[in-house]
Amino acid sequence: MTYREAIRSTLVEEMDRDPTVLLLGEDIGIYGGTFRITEGLLSRYGPRRVVDTPISELGFIGAAIGMAMLGLRPVVEVMTWNFSLPAADQILQNAAKVRYFTGGQVRAPLVIRGPNGAGVQLSAQHSQSLESFYGHFPGLKVVAPATPADAKGLLRAAIRGEDPVIFLEHAALYGIKGEVPDGDYTVPFGRAAVVRPGRHVTVVSYSRMLHLALSAAQRLSGEGIECEVIDLRSLRPLDMETVAASVRRTHRAVVVQEQWRLYGAAAEISAQIYERCFDDLDAPVERVTGEDVPAPYARNLELRAFPDEEKIVEAVRRVIA
Amino acid sequence: MERVEERVDLERMLDWYRRMVLVRRFEEQTERSFRRGKIGGYLHVYIGQEAVATGFLDAIREDDIFFASYRDHAHALLRGTDPRAVMAELYGKVTGVAKGKGGSMHLVDVARGFYGGYGIVGGHLPLAVGAAYALRYQGTDRICLCFFGDGAVNSGAFHEAANLAGLWGKEGMCPVVFVIENNQYGMGTSVERASAVPNLARRFDAYAIPNERCDGMDVVAVYEVARRVVEEVRRTGRPYGVEAVTYRFSGHGAADLFQSYRTKEEVERWRQRDPILLLEQQLREWGVLDDARKAEIHAWAEGLVEEAVAFAEQSPEPPPEELYTDVYGADP
Repeated sequence: MTYREAIRSTLVEEMDRDPTVLLLGEDIGIYGGTFRITEGLLSRYGPRRVVDTPISELGFIGAAIGMAMLGLRPVVEVMTWNFSLPAADQILQNAAKVRYFTGGQVRAPLVIRGPNGAGVQLSAQHSQSLESFYGHFPGLKVVAPATPADAKGLLRAAIRGEDPVIFLEHAALYGIKGEVPDGDYTVPFGRAAVVRPGRHVTVVSYSRMLHLALSAAQRLSGEGIECEVIDLRSLRPLDMETVAASVRRTHRAVVVQEQWRLYGAAAEISAQIYERCFDDLDAPVERVTGEDVPAPYARNLELRAFPDEEKIVEAVRRVIA
Repeated sequence: MERVEERVDLERMLDWYRRMVLVRRFEEQTERSFRRGKIGGYLHVYIGQEAVATGFLDAIREDDIFFASYRDHAHALLRGTDPRAVMAELYGKVTGVAKGKGGSMHLVDVARGFYGGYGIVGGHLPLAVGAAYALRYQGTDRICLCFFGDGAVNSGAFHEAANLAGLWGKEGMCPVVFVIENNQYGMGTSVERASAVPNLARRFDAYAIPNERCDGMDVVAVYEVARRVVEEVRRTGRPYGVEAVTYRFSGHGAADLFQSYRTKEEVERWRQRDPILLLEQQLREWGVLDDARKAEIHAWAEGLVEEAVAFAEQSPEPPPEELYTDVYGADP
């Protein structure tokens, strides 16, 4: 099953299971969704449950938060996460905090989902990775599945959960295929997965970068370097137990992220590795990150701006040396 | 046309008077408590605007809901939230409506349909639109009131919320009443200096939302508009906008001491139309209020406020572990 099908089929299953689940977003209905995730759902569920919205993120994300407060389970599609920024006030000031500042009286369990990140020549305004931006705020949960199985299991957990969830997909992953377990499973938030065991170095990643980390690990294996590759899956809550347990065995760590280096997710993960595993480390933690520039358009520049397999291989070699 | 006292039950009007006096006394007390350092943060009081929330909140049903801005004490009190729990919230005590975790700007009482006061100007308007959609989605005929100030109409949130409401209203899916509490100033900036079209009700024209202005100092006028509008919205599932023209006698917040943006004469002029005074005059005319009854009502309100203060003073602070609760719900 593809990543796209995993998301789509989960929406269908959850909408069939629970009449309070409804979808909102730009061009998700008649048009069929920019990335075809919601194709056919309008005719299946009707316009009250598959709501085509104007280009008005502040409005419809805010409205979805209000729906969630009244007991509905909205799943909002953002065409890309870049377009969530006009609605940042709604997400950060209302959804994330309302449970707290009302002493638990009002809650806003909604899912906001859509593609995050770069790599398809969309240049500066359409290539951002916002996981550390949203991950900074208590009250939100932030997940970034890398595989069809996790996309399904995390989306199920998100729709059934009690909290606002930032569900970060990746445009470059929609077409990838993977095994998806049968049955009504969920992937709990805050549990990383060791996707490739190894004894020499721990490579921590998530979303699209996971796949680069895996191919780098494959290549390094040919040189006798065995990477333990960890897929975080969830950025908030963050499963540092799994990461720390691995680093205590390998004594070395590389953290890979697509976003900018300064204040990025890898900075937090590296800091926590130092806090938890200082005495276990045989080398400084390496970070492989995007370059500290807005995303360029030209393909050659774009390729230089983001991590690739080669950069991960080099980073691993540096920590092993 | 019938005379007012024939259209509106006099007992009901006397009850408005009681509630408005309670709000006024309560707000005056919060200003004193703020000055004494008992209340922290920001404090935005409703003094002068009482008729607006009084009229609207008396025109809705028990199962209807509402959202408010950060100037929200009156809305809680008028809906029947225990004044002690409101004061305790302002005092940052665990017996407050939000366990002392929200404060003045975030009063709430979901059991009474109050989904909260919100601190970002205009930020709660989209919430109210979505909440109204949910009420119809769930197959009910409940409606949603959304109170906000004149400052909010220039925020993007207003325009995006109004457009969605207009669109969803065409399908009968958005029973929300937008209530502009136009108190003439967004902090220190007058409506004329902030809004290119100072007739704020007309903003709704752009979004296919019927609208009107009303005298926000006259509770009878507010109530009559509110009752009619609420019933229409309930029947049609379409939004409606009401601009209640009112005035705040206090500063924007407790820190607004000098009020260089307006004159004493202007404030004095508006005070001639103090909503409590206007109602009192009417009630006296109709013979349902005399000095003795007035004294009784004021004593009752002062008693409740004193009791609220005593309760807040004596209540414990939130225990340290409350710092960490209500961030997330239970995992699925």
